[in-house]
Amino acid sequence: MIVEKSQAMIPALIPVVIFSVYPLLQGIYLGFTDARAGLHVETNFVGFDNFTKLLHNGLFWDSFRIGVIWTLSVTILQFVFALGLALLLNTDMKFRGVARTLALIPWAMPPVVVAIMWRLLLHPTNGPVNEILQKLHLTDHPINFLGDFSTALPAVIVVGIWVGMPMTTVTLLAGMQGIDRSLYEAAAVDGAGAWSQFWNITLPQLKTVIIAITSLDMIWNFNSFGLVYVLTAGGPGGKTMLPMLFAYNEAFRYGNFGMAAAMGDVMVVIIILFLFFYLRNRLRSEA
Amino acid sequence: MRTRPATRFLQYVAVVCYLIFLGFPLLWLISSSLKSPREFASVTPSLFPKNLDFSNYTDALNEQGLIRGLGNSLQISLYSTILVLVVSLPVAYALARFRSRLRPITNGWILVSQVFPVILIVIPLFMILRPLHLTNTIPGVVIVYMVWSLPFALWMLQGYVAAVPRELEEAASVDGAGRLRTIVSIVMPLLRPGLIATAMFTFISAWNEFFFALVLLQDPQLKTLPLVLARFVGAEGQVQFGPLAAASVLATVPSLVFFAFLQRRLTSGLLSGAVKG
Repeated sequence: MIVEKSQAMIPALIPVVIFSVYPLLQGIYLGFTDARAGLHVETNFVGFDNFTKLLHNGLFWDSFRIGVIWTLSVTILQFVFALGLALLLNTDMKFRGVARTLALIPWAMPPVVVAIMWRLLLHPTNGPVNEILQKLHLTDHPINFLGDFSTALPAVIVVGIWVGMPMTTVTLLAGMQGIDRSLYEAAAVDGAGAWSQFWNITLPQLKTVIIAITSLDMIWNFNSFGLVYVLTAGGPGGKTMLPMLFAYNEAFRYGNFGMAAAMGDVMVVIIILFLFFYLRNRLRSEA
Repeated sequence: MRTRPATRFLQYVAVVCYLIFLGFPLLWLISSSLKSPREFASVTPSLFPKNLDFSNYTDALNEQGLIRGLGNSLQISLYSTILVLVVSLPVAYALARFRSRLRPITNGWILVSQVFPVILIVIPLFMILRPLHLTNTIPGVVIVYMVWSLPFALWMLQGYVAAVPRELEEAASVDGAGRLRTIVSIVMPLLRPGLIATAMFTFISAWNEFFFALVLLQDPQLKTLPLVLARFVGAEGQVQFGPLAAASVLATVPSLVFFAFLQRRLTSGLLSGAVKG
């Protein structure tokens, strides 16, 4: 019976192999070649050449550093704000439904539209953010948030939080609503306050959900492209040049497919290592 | 549990802050799309337009490229949704129902593939599609979108298939129905919500997608809506923000309609996929 079933699965899996496994493995392999964009160019296996070149490519590591700052700040802040909002929505408040629906909108919007919208908001001459800051006398001159060296990355991070927070909130909220009410009742009988209930019941019970959503957020943020491409295109002066944008330029502006694939390989390795340590520590502390 | 009035008040303040952070940008976009060009140029922008002006919408819709982009996006999203469903349904069924050593391997692959940066997907596909003359064509983009959404669609659908009670299928087979007949007349109807959710998810992913389209489509005739919108922004200084805002609102409407419809199902689908996968 088991043999019959294994065989029955094989034809169903053929499309997965053709359309998912093969291209992705091919992508990894290209990082070890000198593939170029031209039409009739030969592709040769070059071993670790691309990677040794990358080691000495300061610009790539700059973009890597920016990518790590971006990923960690967006993921952590997203989580903190989302946890706060989810806790609020989990109480018996009014307009909870409104808030929940509103929370989903940013997630549903095309990233390009989100970027356009924030460019309107942060516009130095007729954007409302500058208007408000000036009215409150927090600044005496309009700030070019996306064009200034010191503000570009923080501004882009704020937009990243705005986009990803809703999804995180909804997931955390779903997790909170799955927690057994009687745990809180028992804790209340024992005299535990709201704060201690949060620490001793909510957080431990939410653990799996938290690990799952923060891991996903981390992957999504590290690999994000469209939002920042339209917001700043990596500028000013490469201050927001995420690794994905860097690899995109390498591949489709300069035509170095092999080198760009090698950058992709490095990104995969880093994120897998990161997730490995993150998940291992989390899962171990559970045991 | 009783909440003290002071705490309650602070809670409302916090929620209002959140709502402003999440809602204000949207409100601003919509209000910008309804402002007349003159009001737009004003140095002291106001949140609500002084009088509603729909000329931005008519301007946006008169823009040739925009309508074409809309059509292209619609076509590409529709085709890739159909293709993803056709390909993923049998696989998801097999993954959920057959106990095989291939199952954990395939599910492992699905998870690993989520980690891949899109650059590693697009370069090999580009090199495969180019000799076939499929770069810069709609079928080419459709294939790429399928490769890209397939793992997630499998993940979601699997959860929905697993939620269909196995006993129903066993009962049908006792009654003499073959595997195919069982799938068509027992499983499919029960899977409808799951299929709809997966279809919508795939559709919206394709509708919103930017990177692959940017790489694959150079022909202005073929550009999708996000590409057309992004090009509007590109020429700094020349930007007509009013029509751009209007077009952005229009581009968001389909996603919003779908998500409003789907919100509960989608989260439950995500969770059931995670739990039962």
